[in-house]
Amino acid sequence: MGTGQTGSGVPPDVHDVPPDVHDVLLDVRDLTVALPEGAERPNAVENVSLQIRKNEILCVVGESGSGKSMTAHAIMGLLPRPHVKVVGGQALYRGRDILAMREAEQRALRGGRLAMIFQEPMTALNPLMTVGDQIEESLKAHAVMDRAARRARVVELLAAVGLPDPQHLRRSYPFRLSGGQRQRVMIAMALALEPDILIADEPTTALDVTTQKQILNLVAKIQAEREMGVMFITHDFGVVAEIATTVAVMQHGRCVEVGPAERVLNRPRHPYTRELIAAVPHYIEHRDDFVRKGEALLKTEKVSKVFRLGGFFRKGRTLVAGEDISIEIHAGETLGIVGESGSGKSTLGRCIIGLLKADGGRILFQGRDLVTLSRRQFRPVRKDIQMIFQDPYASLNPRHKIGDIIAQGPVAFGEGKARALERARELLRLVGLPEAAADRYPHEFSGGQRQRISIARALALDPKLIIADEPVSALDVSVQRQVLDLLDDIRRRLGLAMLFITHDLRIAAQVCDTIAVMQKGRVVEMNTAREVFQNPQHPYTRTLLEAIPGKGWEIPEDLRTRRVVPGAESLGQEAGA
Amino acid sequence: MAGIASFLGRRLIKSVFILLAIVVINFLLVRAAPGDPAMVMAGEAGAADEQYVEQLREQFGLDRPLHEQLGIYVAGVATGDLGHSYRQQRPVWDLILDRLPPTLILTGCAFVLALTAGILLGTLAAMNVGRWSDSAITVLALLSYATPIYWVGLMLILLFSVQLGWLPSFGYESIGAGYAGWDRAVDVAEHLVLPAVTLGLFYMAVYARLTRASILEVRDMDFVKTARAKGLSETRIVFKHVLRNAILPVITFAGIQAGHLIGGSILIETVFAWPGIGRLAFDAVLQRDYQVLLGIFFVTSVMVIVFNILTDLLYSVVDPRIEVA
Amino acid sequence: MNRDFWRAFARNRGAVLGLAILGVVVFCAVFAGVLYPQSPWDMATVPFQPPLSQDALLGSDTLGRDIAAGIVYGARVSLLIGLTSTAVALLIGVTLGAVAGYHGGRVDDAIMRFTELFQTIPNFVLAVVLVAIFTPSIANIVVAIAIVSWPPLARLARGEFMALRSREFVQAAVTAGQGTGTIILRQILPNSLSPIIVSASLMVATAILLESSLSFLGLGDPNVMSWGYMIGAARTVIRQAWWMSFFPGVAILLTVLALNLVGEGLNDALNPRLARKGRA
Repeated sequence: MGTGQTGSGVPPDVHDVPPDVHDVLLDVRDLTVALPEGAERPNAVENVSLQIRKNEILCVVGESGSGKSMTAHAIMGLLPRPHVKVVGGQALYRGRDILAMREAEQRALRGGRLAMIFQEPMTALNPLMTVGDQIEESLKAHAVMDRAARRARVVELLAAVGLPDPQHLRRSYPFRLSGGQRQRVMIAMALALEPDILIADEPTTALDVTTQKQILNLVAKIQAEREMGVMFITHDFGVVAEIATTVAVMQHGRCVEVGPAERVLNRPRHPYTRELIAAVPHYIEHRDDFVRKGEALLKTEKVSKVFRLGGFFRKGRTLVAGEDISIEIHAGETLGIVGESGSGKSTLGRCIIGLLKADGGRILFQGRDLVTLSRRQFRPVRKDIQMIFQDPYASLNPRHKIGDIIAQGPVAFGEGKARALERARELLRLVGLPEAAADRYPHEFSGGQRQRISIARALALDPKLIIADEPVSALDVSVQRQVLDLLDDIRRRLGLAMLFITHDLRIAAQVCDTIAVMQKGRVVEMNTAREVFQNPQHPYTRTLLEAIPGKGWEIPEDLRTRRVVPGAESLGQEAGA
Repeated sequence: MAGIASFLGRRLIKSVFILLAIVVINFLLVRAAPGDPAMVMAGEAGAADEQYVEQLREQFGLDRPLHEQLGIYVAGVATGDLGHSYRQQRPVWDLILDRLPPTLILTGCAFVLALTAGILLGTLAAMNVGRWSDSAITVLALLSYATPIYWVGLMLILLFSVQLGWLPSFGYESIGAGYAGWDRAVDVAEHLVLPAVTLGLFYMAVYARLTRASILEVRDMDFVKTARAKGLSETRIVFKHVLRNAILPVITFAGIQAGHLIGGSILIETVFAWPGIGRLAFDAVLQRDYQVLLGIFFVTSVMVIVFNILTDLLYSVVDPRIEVA
Repeated sequence: MNRDFWRAFARNRGAVLGLAILGVVVFCAVFAGVLYPQSPWDMATVPFQPPLSQDALLGSDTLGRDIAAGIVYGARVSLLIGLTSTAVALLIGVTLGAVAGYHGGRVDDAIMRFTELFQTIPNFVLAVVLVAIFTPSIANIVVAIAIVSWPPLARLARGEFMALRSREFVQAAVTAGQGTGTIILRQILPNSLSPIIVSASLMVATAILLESSLSFLGLGDPNVMSWGYMIGAARTVIRQAWWMSFFPGVAILLTVLALNLVGEGLNDALNPRLARKGRA
C-alpha cells in the first residue's frame, strides 16, 4: 500500500497489503475532512489513506463517529456543505483527483463510474416517483439512449437484482415495496451504468437478518460478475467475515489497521481491532444448561394480540401481532425471545408488563392471570415486573434528574423521597456509575451510560422478572458487550428471571439460557440455547442460523476469554445485602 | 386508481358530515339570536299584532319541540331555503346568489396569486438561504404576516388611486360606462387588481414561509442524497425531487387556510366596496340582519368544503401514496 | 438551562428588537392614563388637524379626538384581548388535544373530527357572526376569538402528546406504577410545553389582528378605544386625512410584528432544530 511514508500516522506494520498498482481504481491519500467549529473534534476524518482495487471488496469497519461514512461521502462529493468540507488529501480515480475536479466533471463520475447505496432503504427513494423512473433518471443523466432502450435497460437491471416481475415493478412507487426490495432497487440504480466502483454505506444495517443475508449475497455476486471494486462500510465484523477481501478499521477519524480480511479477522494487530473483535457477540460453548426447578415464575398460554388500525370513516385493517404465544420462564432463568421485525416479540413483552392488553390467552405470573386484571388490580404486580427499553435516548425523561428517574418507581409505591434517592445512589454504584450521577440530567450521559441508568431504574423496585427489549441494539459493539456483561452479572447475583427480546441470535446466544424463536406471531421453537444452536428443529430456526453473518468465522481463541465486568467490586456488597 | 377513488369518496362522505354539523351549528345560532324570531319577523314585516305573530310561529314551526324545528330547518336548507331577509324584502338565498360571482372571482384570483407567488418566492429564498434575497423575502413575508389586510388595502388605495391615479379604488366595474364584452372584462380586471393583491399578499407570505421551510427540510432528506449520488444536475434535483415533495405540505395547508381566505374577503370587499358576499356581510352587520349573516356563514362554509375537495384532488394527483394514508 | 435560553434568544437580533417594541407597547398600555389623562373619546382639538400640529402630535380625527391618545389607549384593549383570548384558546385547545393524544383510539377520532369541523368553518366569518349575535363586548369578543382560534393548538398538543405518549420514558413511568395524572403532568406536559409556548406567542399576534378586524367592521366593544375602530372610522375620509388610518395601522403592524419576532426567538431558544429532529 505504501502509505506508511505519507505521514498517515499509522504504524507501518499494520499495513500489509501487497502493492499492485495496476488494478487500483481509487486511491485515497491522506484524506482529511474538517468538522464545523464547536464539534467534539476538529476533523471527522484525518489523514485516511485507502485503496480500492478492481475485483475487491474493501470493508471499512468502525463504530459510530469513526468517520467511515464521512470518508465515503467525501469521495462521492456528498458532504453536507458548507458545514463539513475536505481540507486535505486526494482521492484519485484512475489517477485523476476527484476532489480537485470541477463540479460538472465530478457529476459525470458520480452515478456513472462511482455509484453509492445507503443505509436506509425506506427513505433513500423519492416517494413520488416510480422506481422505474428513478432508475431511468440515472441513464438519462449519463448515457445517450432512446426511451425504449432505457426502458429495456431498467427491466434488465431490476431482473438482475432479483426482483420479481420487473415489467410491472418498474411502475410501482417505493411505498409498495419492502425494505429489502427497496435496497435491491437502490442496487439496480447504482448498477445502471456499470460503474467501476460501488460504495455501500451500511446497506444492510436497517434490514432483518434473513434479508441482510440475501442482500450480502447479491452484492458479492454482482461484484464478482462485473469485477467491480466495492467499498463496503459496516460496523459488524460478522458482515466483514462474510464478504470482505480487504479490511480497513477506523477509529476516531483515523484508519488504524488495513489488511487482507483473513489476516485482520484471525490475527488482528491493532489493540482497537482486537477490542472490536473481542466484543462481537457469539455463542458461548461452555455455558451450563439451566436447570428448571419448581413452578414457573411466568407462563403464557396462547396469548394473542390483534391491532386494529383506522377510524370512523375508514375501513379498519387488522394486524395480527401475536397468536398462540406460549412460553415459560423460571426464577433465575434468562429466556431469549428471538425473531425478525414484525414477529410479535416486542408485543409479547408489552402484553406481559401491561403496556398492552392481550386479546386472548392467559399470562400467569406466580399463578395469577394478568390478562384478567383491571388497571387497578394490576398495579401491585408492576413492582415485580420491570422493563429495560431499547432506545437509551428516548427512555429517560430529559427534564428529570437521574436520581429522580431511578426513584420514581419506589416513590410511586409510597416510599419516602429521601430514602428512595439514597437507594438510587446505591443502584447507580451497582451499575458501575458514580453516585454523583444522581444529580445530573440524561443529556450528560452517553448511550451506554444511559442504558446502565435504565437498568438501575428497573432494579429500583426489586422486581422478580425483568423484560429487556432489545437493550443493546442501539449501542456500538464495544459498549454492547459491557452492557450485556453487566446485565448477565446482575441477574445472576440477584437471582432474577429475565425475558430478553432481541433480533440478533448471536446476542441471544451469549446471554440466554433458553431461546424461543418467534415468527409471524407464533413461537416456532423453544429450547435450551445449546439445543437451538446445535440441533435446531424448526426450518425457520435453521434459516435464521444460516443467515447469521460470518457464521463460518470463529473469533480468534485469544480474544474469546476476555470478559471485563465493570463495577464488579460493588456487586459483592450488593449481593450480600 | 381505485385507491384514489376511495380516498376521494371518503373525503366526500366526511364533507357531508361536516356540512350537516355546520347546518346544526347554524340552526343553534339562529335560535341564539336575540329576540323571539317570530316577534322579530313580525316587527320587521311591520305588523306586530298577537295573531300575526302566532300565525308566523305556526308557519315556521316555532311552537314545536326543538328537534322537530331542527328537522324543518335542515329540510329547508336542503331545498335552498336559507330564510328571508325582511330588511331587504328578499329571500336570503337570492341575495347571496347575486353576490356570489364577484366573491368567487376575487377569492379565486387572490388564491392563485398567493399560491404561485408564495411558492415561487419561498423556493427562491430556500435556494439562496442566508443571502440577501433570502433575507429580503423573509422580511417581506414577516411584514405581510403582521399587517392587517384591510389597512394594506387602504394604504394601496392611498398610493395607487389617490396619489398615482393608476387604478380605480372601489367597485366591481365603472358604473354607467356601459362597457360590454372585452372592454368590460378589462374594466373588471382593473378593478380587481388592488383587492386581489391585497387579499393575496397575506397568504402569499404564509405560503412563502411554508415553502421555504419545507424545501429546507426536504433538501436534507435521504432521497435527495440519492439523487445527488446519481450525478443529476442541481436544477433537476431541485425541480424533480425537492420541490415536488416540498409542495405537499403547502397544498395541505392551503386547503386548511381556504376558510381564512374567504373570511378575509369580508374585510377586503368592505374596503374596496366590492359587491360580493363579504360586502353583503358588512351591510348585514350594520343592519343586524342575522338571517343574512347566518346564510353567509353557511354559504362560505360550503365554499370552504368545495375548496378542500379541490385541494384533495390536487393532492391526489401529486402524491401516489394517498390511498394508504 | 435559563442562561442558555437567554443566550439563544439574544442571538436572534430580531427577537430582541421584538421584545423592545413589545416593551414600549406594554408601557403605553400601562401608563396610558398618565400619558393622556383625558379620555381618548373626548374632543381635544380642532377636527382634521394634520400630524405634528401643536395640540396633536399625530393629528386629530373627524371629531377632533387626539389620534396619539387613541393609539395609547388602544394598546390596552389589543393586549388585553390578545392575551385573554389566547389563554382561553389554550385552555380549550390543549385540553382537547391532550385528551385526544393521550387516549388515542375512538376518543381521539371523535375529538379530531370536532376539531376538523372548526377548522373548516371560515373562522373570521364565524367570529363576525358570534360577535354580531351576542352583541359586541370585550368578553364576547374574547370568547369569539378563542372559539375560532383553538383548533391549531389542539392539533399541536395532540401531536405532541401522541408522540410523547409512545416514548419509552413515559412507558417506563407507567411500568414504575405512576398514575395517569402524574404521568401527564410530570412526564408529558413539561416536554410538550416549548412548542405550545411558541404557538401561543404567535397566537397572541393573530388574536390582536382578529380583534382589530372585528372593530374595523364596527364589531368592537363600543366603550373602549381600539386601533381597528380608529381605522374603520377614518376609512371614508382617507382621501382627505391619511393620518387618521395610517398611524393606528402602524401601531397594529409594530405590535403584531414584535410578537412574531419574539415567537421566532422563543422557537430558536426552546426548540433547537436538532432537538426537534431527534424527536421523531
